[in-house]
Amino acid sequence: MIEALFFYLFAGVMLASGFMVVVSRNPVYSVLFLILAFFNAAGMFVLIGAEFLAMLLVVVYVGAVAVLFLFVVMMLDINFAEMRAGFQKYLPLGLIVGGILVFELVAAMYGDAFSKASLPVASEIANTTQLGGVLYTKYAFLFQIAGLILLVAMIGAISLTMRKRVGVRRQSIAAQNSRRREDVMEIVKMPSGKAKAKDDAAAGSVDDK
Amino acid sequence: MLELTLNHYLAVSAILFALGIFGIFLNRKNVITILMSIELMLLAVNINMVAFSAYSGNLEGQIFSLFILTVAAAEAAIGLAILVVFFRNRGSIAVEDVNILKG
Repeated sequence: MIEALFFYLFAGVMLASGFMVVVSRNPVYSVLFLILAFFNAAGMFVLIGAEFLAMLLVVVYVGAVAVLFLFVVMMLDINFAEMRAGFQKYLPLGLIVGGILVFELVAAMYGDAFSKASLPVASEIANTTQLGGVLYTKYAFLFQIAGLILLVAMIGAISLTMRKRVGVRRQSIAAQNSRRREDVMEIVKMPSGKAKAKDDAAAGSVDDK
Repeated sequence: MLELTLNHYLAVSAILFALGIFGIFLNRKNVITILMSIELMLLAVNINMVAFSAYSGNLEGQIFSLFILTVAAAEAAIGLAILVVFFRNRGSIAVEDVNILKG
């Protein structure tokens, strides 16, 4: 009873904020509604008994992906009002395609196959423990490959966005360390008495000694 | 109605997926919103996976949902990096401008 109420709350807010992501005028609002949708999806996951994935959704999506989106939206200097020029034109097509898709997916559910199933009784072992037991044994290789994918994505993102700008003075430690005294210093013999400044003359006299 | 079944979750996920498709059609020019729509669709897929996993008492769905999450994060990072580089080069992120490779 109370579970069903919470389900409808989470589902309603999630679908409403998903709709707002799509139709929102300002992309910053879109990102914020995306965060709200992810929070509600996390609540739904808790409701169904997948606590670990719920927390992962909050950490990965809200903490990383949505903030990344927010950074990019705020970093790019774009006239977003101009971007919505074809909004009205594509509205009917989008509605038709989306409607057909919902109709098909919901029609596929109206069999006996899924409706009879009810949620199995939650086991004594916590969801995270169970997941860990499977993930680190049966799916250990897949887990490693997932890590590799993240590494490749990280290196790719860095190498894509890094650029060498001209006119920026950067520290080059290798160049600093490879400097030798012979390359960068020279001793100039100054004949005494002809130097223009006094301290130059003093330096010259020290040099002579 | 007040008894939750698998169908409830499947219906929510279907509507969310359709919203993602709708968003791609609606925001034909704005790549950032298209990427967000893709994230919505991936979330719908995740809800589907987790619902099936919970109702069948089989953990594999949750494991694969975890991998989908990983790939989605990687995809978002790479996509946004490409977007930033593209904006730097062209000064625009409109989809119609992405035609440099056209012969």
